[in-house]
Amino acid sequence: MTNETMTPLLEKYATQIETVLSKYPPDRKQSAVLPLLYLAQREYGYCTPEAIREVAEIAGVEPTEVDAVVGFYTLFYDHPVGKHVVQVCNDLPCALRGSDQFLEHACQKLGLDKHQVEHGGATTADGEFTLESVVCLAACDKAPLLQIDLEYFERLTPEEFDRLIEEYRKK
Amino acid sequence: MDKYVLLRHRDTPDIHKLSVYGEYTALQKAVTTLTPEQVINEVKVSGLRGRGGAGFPAGVKWSFVPKDRLPHYVTVNADESEPGTFKDRELMEFNPHQVIEGAAIAAYAVGATRVYHYLRGEFKSVARRMQAALDEAYAAGYLGQNVFGTHVEIQMFLHLGAGAYICGEESALLESLEGKRGQPRLRPPFPAVVGLYNQPTVINNTETMANVPYILNHGAEAYKKLGTEKSPGTKIFCLSGMVKRPGNYEAELGKISFRDLIFGENFGQGMMVEGRNVKAILPSGASGPIVTEAALDVLLDYESVAAAGTILGSASVIVLDDSIDMVWAAGKVTHFFRHESCGKCTPCREGTYWMEKQYQDILKGKATLADVQLLQDVAQQIIGKCLCPLGEFATSPVLSSFQHFQAEYEARATDAKKVVPAKAASAKAAATPTAAKTADTKAVPTT
Repeated sequence: MTNETMTPLLEKYATQIETVLSKYPPDRKQSAVLPLLYLAQREYGYCTPEAIREVAEIAGVEPTEVDAVVGFYTLFYDHPVGKHVVQVCNDLPCALRGSDQFLEHACQKLGLDKHQVEHGGATTADGEFTLESVVCLAACDKAPLLQIDLEYFERLTPEEFDRLIEEYRKK
Repeated sequence: MDKYVLLRHRDTPDIHKLSVYGEYTALQKAVTTLTPEQVINEVKVSGLRGRGGAGFPAGVKWSFVPKDRLPHYVTVNADESEPGTFKDRELMEFNPHQVIEGAAIAAYAVGATRVYHYLRGEFKSVARRMQAALDEAYAAGYLGQNVFGTHVEIQMFLHLGAGAYICGEESALLESLEGKRGQPRLRPPFPAVVGLYNQPTVINNTETMANVPYILNHGAEAYKKLGTEKSPGTKIFCLSGMVKRPGNYEAELGKISFRDLIFGENFGQGMMVEGRNVKAILPSGASGPIVTEAALDVLLDYESVAAAGTILGSASVIVLDDSIDMVWAAGKVTHFFRHESCGKCTPCREGTYWMEKQYQDILKGKATLADVQLLQDVAQQIIGKCLCPLGEFATSPVLSSFQHFQAEYEARATDAKKVVPAKAASAKAAATPTAAKTADTKAVPTT
């Protein structure tokens, strides 16, 4: 075991990591892989190979296992994404209430290709925003809606979308 | 009785604060006056059925936990990712203490000291509300060691997923909670025997847990007075799609119909667009067979909806009006399942891919009648061949839309027989030699 090795994440977030690990039985540190990946992703922008190795080391598992987890879940990225990730829900319930036109507007506003946005997402040239068309976000009664960096914004008009983007551009 | 058993924040604003919610009287009653067996029995007698979709009696599930293998765990399924479902989110955001108290009672009943709420990753803001409520409950001595001064210990934690519908399937949820890819396990053994960390584990939906304090406070008999004999209690109906007022509505099971839910003054208040009619209803999100306006008077309880040939599931009612192309709608749902298939079982992984491809071809006008038939064949091939219900769910919207709207599929086939009156057809053939070309997808008007 390499418990004594200090990874950059451990050095910077010792207390936070300890809190995460304390939620699970001491011999079940692997359970912390998801929360640790969120932490690593926030630190490095995406799940870099180095981030994956660090998380594996802290959780006491092989990097391959962490890599597989990154590949499985949609909220982890194994490639660089924009500073802000915008997820527009365009699943059936939302599409019945105008989300497709809303998504079109979002693509236009950010100058992104809709086909790309619908197939894995697209990132603005300045690296500020990644726009994704996603399936259900559990807010079907409040369509059109989106999440920016996992925060909800609901019942949006195109104008409100534009304002949100300007607001986040300054963040 | 107050108007609400579950959505109590609509009666009592700020109930998310412990000072407004008040003491955990149901938990106190359980740990200080009842044995775990008595609690299980009370929930059994109440007839409370799981609100996540399967409708399995909660008390019976709790009684499956073997007593001789410790530790036990409780996990609360708040993965809420079924299209059209948004009830657990409202409960956790606005009435979190009721969920927490219910989960704590479940923990006491099955002898678990650790409870994990598994929230979907997109519920980051919901998790903040839940964590604030958990902190209050710990501070008040309702959680932690020596709950209400007894020897009972209940530790409760939140665990966020990271974007995967399949983690709402209970065994995939456990895998995910163990830090792995969320792929379902082979069952049996069921989680009640071999669950989290291979230990006995009870998994209940968030809404199920929110029912438990009421049962303990008012007694199983009072609870049974709500709803029907086989579907007791109230249920949150998530109404979405093309209605005037989409949202969560709580009602007693079996006391309202689809029509009441969609058109009732206290519910959906009718169609989104005046003059439109109901064409189709997806009664349990993406997962259940689609029904038509013929089902409008079906009462909303587990038995009545099943008798109508579909499932109540998590009661996520998506309404489609008569402007909607059913091939497009079923294709949209199929895209969802293709996207969310975890890849473990070949029939689901490959089948959902092929079904989506067929839909794309049909919608682009590139499919023949044989391709339309192939789509049905692929769906039939998936049924009964997957470890978890996702594969089977994926076939429901496909096959049920065929059942009710086959003509819409066939009309889109390149070799579709055109429904043109014989006289007009012969006139057209004479007058417009190019008609055959332009008639690919639609009959050409000939007058």
